[in-house]
Amino acid sequence: MIAETGLAALWLAAAMALLQLVGGLTLLRGEGKLTPLIKPAALVQGALCVVSFASLMWLFYVTDLSVLLVASNSHIDKPLIFKLAGTWGNHEGSMLLWVSVLSLSGAAIALLEKRIDTRTLNATLAVQAFVALGFFAFLLFSSNPFERLVPAPVEGAGLNPLLQDIGLAFHPPTLYIGYVGLSVAFSFAVAAMLTGQVGPAFARAMRPWVLGAWIFLTVGITAGSYWAYYELGWGGWWFWDPVENASLMPWLAATALLHSVSVLATRNALRAWTIMLALVAFAMSMAGTFLVRSGILTSVHAFAVDPERGSFILALMLMYTSLAFLVFATRIGTVKQGEPFQIVSREGGIVANNIFLSVILAIVLIGTLYPLAAETMGDKISVGPPYFNKATAPIALLLMVALLLGPMLRWRRDELKRHKYWLVGFFAISLWTGVAIWRFVPGVGVFPILGLALSLALAIAAWVPLKGRKLLRTPLPVFGMVVAHFGLAVSVFGMAAESGFSRETLTALAPGESAKVADWQVKLDDVRPVVGDNWVAIEGQLIARNGDKKFILRPQSRQFYRPEQQTSEAALLTRWNGQLYAVIAQPDENGDGRWQVRLWWKPFVTFIWFGGLLVALGGAISLLGRMFRRPKKPAVNKWAQA
Amino acid sequence: MMWRLLLLASVLLLAAVPQESMAQGSGPTPELANRQLTNPAQEKAATQVMHALRCIQCQGQSIADSDAPMAATMRAEVRQQIADGKKPDAIRQWMIERYGEWVSFEPDMKGSGLLLWAAPLLLLLLGLFMARGLFRRKS
Repeated sequence: MIAETGLAALWLAAAMALLQLVGGLTLLRGEGKLTPLIKPAALVQGALCVVSFASLMWLFYVTDLSVLLVASNSHIDKPLIFKLAGTWGNHEGSMLLWVSVLSLSGAAIALLEKRIDTRTLNATLAVQAFVALGFFAFLLFSSNPFERLVPAPVEGAGLNPLLQDIGLAFHPPTLYIGYVGLSVAFSFAVAAMLTGQVGPAFARAMRPWVLGAWIFLTVGITAGSYWAYYELGWGGWWFWDPVENASLMPWLAATALLHSVSVLATRNALRAWTIMLALVAFAMSMAGTFLVRSGILTSVHAFAVDPERGSFILALMLMYTSLAFLVFATRIGTVKQGEPFQIVSREGGIVANNIFLSVILAIVLIGTLYPLAAETMGDKISVGPPYFNKATAPIALLLMVALLLGPMLRWRRDELKRHKYWLVGFFAISLWTGVAIWRFVPGVGVFPILGLALSLALAIAAWVPLKGRKLLRTPLPVFGMVVAHFGLAVSVFGMAAESGFSRETLTALAPGESAKVADWQVKLDDVRPVVGDNWVAIEGQLIARNGDKKFILRPQSRQFYRPEQQTSEAALLTRWNGQLYAVIAQPDENGDGRWQVRLWWKPFVTFIWFGGLLVALGGAISLLGRMFRRPKKPAVNKWAQA
Repeated sequence: MMWRLLLLASVLLLAAVPQESMAQGSGPTPELANRQLTNPAQEKAATQVMHALRCIQCQGQSIADSDAPMAATMRAEVRQQIADGKKPDAIRQWMIERYGEWVSFEPDMKGSGLLLWAAPLLLLLLGLFMARGLFRRKS
């Protein structure tokens, strides 16, 4: 019965969404009879989705094997936490999560949003319902999570043991919540265009959603990157893989949107610009879902290759984005030019941020899709890390230069000479660092040098907005901005140090022999077999020495059975100034009793992810400030930003 | 990200196929597949070339990151050619001649590839063009 209840709730929720949409359509020709129903329908829709999702979760909790999805993704012996996580660890469940979060967001808007006028609010909920309808249709017609299985199996197929990882249980939903947040921003943007209310009130209503989505995306990408780094055993932390790019593109769009929406909220400028970015951000999150779900691109994450579902999402994406851009094209003429400003101004800095981020986004998009386009022309080519690094790094460095100065500029207009001491200071720090590295460390590339030089300057520049403020009376969003920008400096420092100064040693060692990597002397002490739940492994015991200090690392090469697969479990030794990364492989084929050992010293590599988390923390501080601080007088705080 | 493991698994399964069935992967792993060149500058150049070449047996890894036998053979080839004094670009061309454009992660700066490389600059100009209306001249 539970499965049927869940399915019925899903159908009813879809009906509520339809009601909201119809109500919204009548709204276009003035107040209709159905208009007052929109808000209650949104609340009911949210509640029904909770019922539906809770039903599915219950089915996984009790492992009801008469439900196809449970039978094919769970197992009676699975630990409880992974049974529950199994609810969204599959295609159908994750789509149900998607639409449930979307509906809950709609209900939250209906309940809490007081800043915008009723008409725009209703229009927002209608657009929201329109987006949700597509996903309801997707679920009900092509991915029903509640489908029964007759006869029911006895124990269930289980989930790949490798995917039973607590990080993996929470990684996809994190990104999904980010995508959903961007769809809410999209609904606000389309609604504001339709009702002609593109202004500061709309921007202030949209901002928390953008900020929230952006925090989730930041955390999701940071965690995913670290996971790839420690789990794959290749020592890399970003592979410019299509699926990685699919999560990076919405983040880039969201970052640009986050900045321009602050300008709209505070200064009533960049109106059309902000709307445009909101549409692009949503299109990118749909494209991300599509690229991942369809398997259309060759990816190291080859999975879930399902052409039918892929085409469904592609059709949805094309429909929503083309409709949205149609609205944009026809209505943007009615959106008035915002408040003017000069190039040297806070707004000017944010325009630079928007341009650089959009260019990076476009490069990633073009580079990801280019092989597809070439293939239709009969050319089979690859676009990979060397291209993406070379094409995006210069733009990213320009972005950092703009970031040194931007946050300290005044709104509307400013003079560069007011900031000449800072400018000279930053230039001196960068130049000194750059020349010192270039002079004393041979063979470091130009991008790592520039990255290190600029990140040091930015690590100082990030704090300048706090200068001359009473810290206790400084609004939280200012702290948030400072922390996020500082986090970016930390992260870029880590990236540049890793790519410029990593040392690698590949060697074959017999027990008792040693190898050297950077300042570390690593001895292979012993190799022994180890047995796990569903794997056997050889485990190397490495003794790493640096000066007087001695550490033990135990990398493994695991052989799983059922399903049969081999993985490298890297051993990582974390020091404050970097990580020692060790991998052991099966015995050397020459049969002389040596073991293949791969060692890396990666200076400051952990800064990459600490920086990413700081960026997300900055976002969270801002969001808290926006949610709990009711401004007594409308926004005159000089530094206020996302 | 999680799906990498699935892939890794399939790659490793592929790798476990008896090697005789693969023309290029036959015989024991060549010495230079997993040995660094003694000259650090040469090894660095070789590593760069390896990161820019796709493992054609796998899904999306470079030969530097792959455990497939084919990738091992190609790594050994790259190191050998570098040791013989061949220029990185010549090695890339040699690989492209043997395995097709697909093997290179870095599209050539000719034909439609030129557009790809010009894209950052063109996009930057487009951005500036779009932004020009936003600014007010100094009064």
